[in-house]
Amino acid sequence: MDTITKNSTLNSQKLRQDFPILSKKINGKPLIYLDNGATSQKPKQVIDAISNYYQTQNANIHRGVHQLSQEITIAYENARVTIQKHLNAALSQEIIFTSGTTESINLVANSFGKKYIKSGDEILISEMEHHSNILPWQMLCEEKGAVLKIIPINEKGELLIEEYKKLLCDKTKIVAVTHVSNTLGTINPVKEMIALAHEKDIPVLIDGAQAVPHIKVDVQALNADFYCFSGHKLYGPTGVGILYGKEKWLNEMPPYKMGGGIIKTVTFEKTEYADLPLKFEAGTPHIEGGIGLAAAIDYVNEIGLENIDAYEYELLEYATAKLSAVEGLRIIGTAKEKASVISFVIEEVHPLDIGTILDKQGIAVRTGHHCTQPLMKYFGIPGTIRASLVFYNTKEEIDVLVNGIQKAIKMLK
Amino acid sequence: MRIAEIENEIVEEFELFGDDWESKYEHLIDLGKYLPLIDKQYKTDGRLIKGCQSKVWLHSELKEEKIVFTADSDAIITKGIVALMVRVMSGHSADEIVNAQFEFINKIGLIEHLSPARSNGLVSMIKQMKFDAAVLEAQRLNFKPSHN
Repeated sequence: MDTITKNSTLNSQKLRQDFPILSKKINGKPLIYLDNGATSQKPKQVIDAISNYYQTQNANIHRGVHQLSQEITIAYENARVTIQKHLNAALSQEIIFTSGTTESINLVANSFGKKYIKSGDEILISEMEHHSNILPWQMLCEEKGAVLKIIPINEKGELLIEEYKKLLCDKTKIVAVTHVSNTLGTINPVKEMIALAHEKDIPVLIDGAQAVPHIKVDVQALNADFYCFSGHKLYGPTGVGILYGKEKWLNEMPPYKMGGGIIKTVTFEKTEYADLPLKFEAGTPHIEGGIGLAAAIDYVNEIGLENIDAYEYELLEYATAKLSAVEGLRIIGTAKEKASVISFVIEEVHPLDIGTILDKQGIAVRTGHHCTQPLMKYFGIPGTIRASLVFYNTKEEIDVLVNGIQKAIKMLK
Repeated sequence: MRIAEIENEIVEEFELFGDDWESKYEHLIDLGKYLPLIDKQYKTDGRLIKGCQSKVWLHSELKEEKIVFTADSDAIITKGIVALMVRVMSGHSADEIVNAQFEFINKIGLIEHLSPARSNGLVSMIKQMKFDAAVLEAQRLNFKPSHN
């Protein structure tokens, strides 16, 4: 990994001050929040943007004739441009606001599926997908008589690219893979995978939910056909997410939900749909969500994703070394390319028991199957304990985690 | 002892620990170790209680007109909680089980000390125990020889 040479100038202790919740006490102990893969905490810049929206900007967007409506329409569309620039999308209308990654994937599975998937076609996903990137495709396959094919992994938690190449065939109509595994932290070689699929004219959807908080994503450099992520894992509000789609696909795909705001003209005989992006945004959107997400992206860019990436890599290396030294602890997911997500199991101790005792010590981790049951089946385990780290976590917190685990083992064994 | 009396006994037991979470949990873990283990033949997927993050197996049977529960879990803290439930519930009439309120759960602060995932599991377990008791009782009444 070339990140070994990265240098971070990031001041974690100072940045922590931006997150009011981090000074909270849990069970009388300082909160140590290591569940960022589930959702990240919010800086006051984002909280202020949302609060300011309700205090000074609230009106419904698009079509309003009055000043307030026009102002918030501009602010909302500016938020779209902020996201476009952040992903380096060619056009702002390629950015569709959704409720999150789950809705983004469902939108594509429904709309792309309706138009392009037929009986006997194949849809290719991987063994490490989150249930959100399995179920919509599974349902589509059931409806259309298509077949779901799975890219296998190795024991390190890496995709087998040679197998992937063999699975790409004339029947494959779309590939949907995660950029970063929420359970293992594996960073998949999506650029290479997209190029391989494109050799056979197969479009690719990337689930970027776990990637955008850690990695600078450039959808044009990746050449992704679709890229999805959620606001709340990127320090933004819950309930808002993004679907990036290449204009040519989005223009051809039918709208997937019906309602106000997506039409040019409606008669009882025929409806002419609006242009992108409104075609996919029926109903009043999550306005403060869009505003808040743009504030979160501005915040992240101020720190610099390269800085964040370098710091988190340092944290990952530190945590991996410290955790590996705990007797009986085994890290699940040891890919060469990893984001700062560490899953582990402890010999003869149930993950839930460890999670419970850690919680009593103010340490928030996630336990269970992390919505990746096929992956748990592959590793032959009921679940893992997962610590997902971001730039406001510190080495001192890792030390507290390790001590907390030692204490839990002592109590439980 | 009646269910309410066993509940009181447990509440008194846990009061000794006050707010000391560590001792409370250590006690719970110890209790798990004494759980009447379920017979291996009953540890099947069909006896798993849904809604728990850990696996909980429950076997219910009728012995001398009383409902007897045995259970097990693959997580030790869960096992402690399961042990408490078995201690309270097992060996009573179906009527008493179905009508039990389980106030001890709130009184010993068990719920506030549990993860939401496990609290849901606890609710599922109580439901399953009451359901099994009702079913076993119905079967018992049907099989009762008639005295025409």
